[in-house]
Amino acid sequence: MKIHEYQAKSIFRNAGIPVPDGKVAATPDGAVAVGAELGLPVAVKAQVLVGGRGKAGGIKLAGTEAELRRAASDILEMRIKELPVRNVLIERTADIARELYLSVALDRAAREPLLLASGLGGVDIEEAARTCPGAIERVRIDPAFGLRAYTAWPALTRVLGGPELVGQAVAIATAVHKLFMELDCSLVEVNPLVVTSDGRLVALDAKILLDDNALFRHPDLAAMRDPDADDPRETDANEHDLSFVALTGDIGCIVNGAGLAMATMDLVKHAGGQPANFLDVGGSSRPEKVLHAMRIILSDPDVKVILLNIFGGITRCDDIARGLIEARRTLGARVPVVARLTGTNEAEARELLASTELLSSDTMEGAVELAVRLARGEAA
Amino acid sequence: MSILADTCAKVCVQGITGRDGSFHAAQMTAYGTVVVGGTRPGKGGTEHEGFAVYDTVAGCRAATGANTSVIYVPAGGAVDAMYEAIEAGIELVVCITEGVPANDMIGVVGALRGRPTRLVGPNCPGVISPGKAKVGIIPGSIATPGPVGVVSRSGTLTYEVVHELTRHGLGQSTCVGIGGDPVPGMNFLDVLRLFRDDPETRLVVIIGEIGGSDEQIAADYVRDELDKPAVAFVAGRTAPPGKRMGHAGAIISGGEGTAEEKVAAFEAAGVPVGMSPRAVAELAHDRLARG
Repeated sequence: MKIHEYQAKSIFRNAGIPVPDGKVAATPDGAVAVGAELGLPVAVKAQVLVGGRGKAGGIKLAGTEAELRRAASDILEMRIKELPVRNVLIERTADIARELYLSVALDRAAREPLLLASGLGGVDIEEAARTCPGAIERVRIDPAFGLRAYTAWPALTRVLGGPELVGQAVAIATAVHKLFMELDCSLVEVNPLVVTSDGRLVALDAKILLDDNALFRHPDLAAMRDPDADDPRETDANEHDLSFVALTGDIGCIVNGAGLAMATMDLVKHAGGQPANFLDVGGSSRPEKVLHAMRIILSDPDVKVILLNIFGGITRCDDIARGLIEARRTLGARVPVVARLTGTNEAEARELLASTELLSSDTMEGAVELAVRLARGEAA
Repeated sequence: MSILADTCAKVCVQGITGRDGSFHAAQMTAYGTVVVGGTRPGKGGTEHEGFAVYDTVAGCRAATGANTSVIYVPAGGAVDAMYEAIEAGIELVVCITEGVPANDMIGVVGALRGRPTRLVGPNCPGVISPGKAKVGIIPGSIATPGPVGVVSRSGTLTYEVVHELTRHGLGQSTCVGIGGDPVPGMNFLDVLRLFRDDPETRLVVIIGEIGGSDEQIAADYVRDELDKPAVAFVAGRTAPPGKRMGHAGAIISGGEGTAEEKVAAFEAAGVPVGMSPRAVAELAHDRLARG
């Protein structure tokens, strides 16, 4: 889960990581009031959970009250990559001498956290990693030791090019690592970490990604979830224990298991079709889950056909078939359904579906090809 | 031979009184696997559906010689269950439970260092050595003994591939579902090393998906050290960046973990990549026929 910059900065401030003085505002009047409190000039920053807001015009500087009012009003009316801007963060500007990069992330290959630091701050660090890999310091963090000052010191000295500010940088790095572990993050990133002209290190931006699997023990963080960031159908699906991601095609997919769901979508595309969604009904075969899955998919008017691909292990095919028949009865038959049910109790499922108008196929390939033909308007 | 689980396996089911634990204890027994009992703290000394129940894994091991455990306890207790099995000296621990926090797994993986335990999972379907033993939830009916080693980050996709292999007359030495989480116990590399040393395994099928770089590491290993042919599948070619596709690990972030990168790595290592589970079985069939 992502949280907003202003939320991450509030967490930083409490953890002793220096951030610019600032406050969030939801209206131009509110922004002006914050500006009066902080003193001008200020930066006005759109709070949206997507990258690239600077390029989209979502960050502006304001030197006068009129400029601040206009900037806040403009930004609050924006949509950045479809997302509305509900808040702006007003911050005192910093006098920047240098921009650095610092983060703690999960190193999946090593199965432990990793400290990344670079003198190339403020830029796309992944791009920098490709074009200039030597410019990024990577410090492995042995979980039995944690990130200690002596571990971070040499790399941060190299990044800073000398010893003067290393004490501040080490304190920030260890605090970032502590947050990473204590809040169960998958990423804590400071980009840029700036050096001010008077020799202070300040986190000018703050990004925290939280591990969804650990949110159960951080109710305060879970409460920060921004409903704007999720498609309403995704939220609806989550409430019914379905894993759903909206896409832009016309073939609705219902599959059990994430890997098989992705493989089914891939095969749809390979056969010349376009999947409308990713949907994993999970391991349980409660018939009402199929009903909710069908309802959510049918709420997309672009969907022309529904493709069901179930490999029954724990999931029982006859339960899925019952759910499908029930969904057909309550939701109507606006679009054709192609069902491929194999594995546990597949014979019973076949019998149940034989007397319906639902189309079936014995193989994944066959079902996908049939669904693609139907989506093109061809006869079954 | 086979890897990880064979006829010597003596399985302790952690969480045996739960719905999944008791169902799968019976399923594993029906497959011919020796389930020596299970654990449920506070219910030690009782019986549950014919299985002896112990308070602790150490107690179960002392009484029965259990060398394998499989974990069906809910996410809140799964981390403790893994530590418990590791500390009891169990050789193979399979954690089926999903939803385990990644940071907790960093600790568990640290605890494995210098100990004899191998951990498969969490969030995985487990291990089956057809005709010998199954530890986990892979349906026994789809697998058949033979020369193909299967390692996968997925669950039902594994079943689909194993089903296709069986339909193409290709049996399996062992199928290992390592799970879809960002911090697994065993990763591709750990399992491939075991397949290399297993004389029964003549070809390996690697089933990967988007996220991380485990597939790229596996591809390098196949090219440099495996000494056996391999065939691969990569799920998620159509997945959009930044979206978690069901598995906690299946997310493309930044430049790391796209299907294209993984397919390219496999192909550069001489590992053909199938477009579908059936194509994977056909590739495996052709490769073995060539000898």
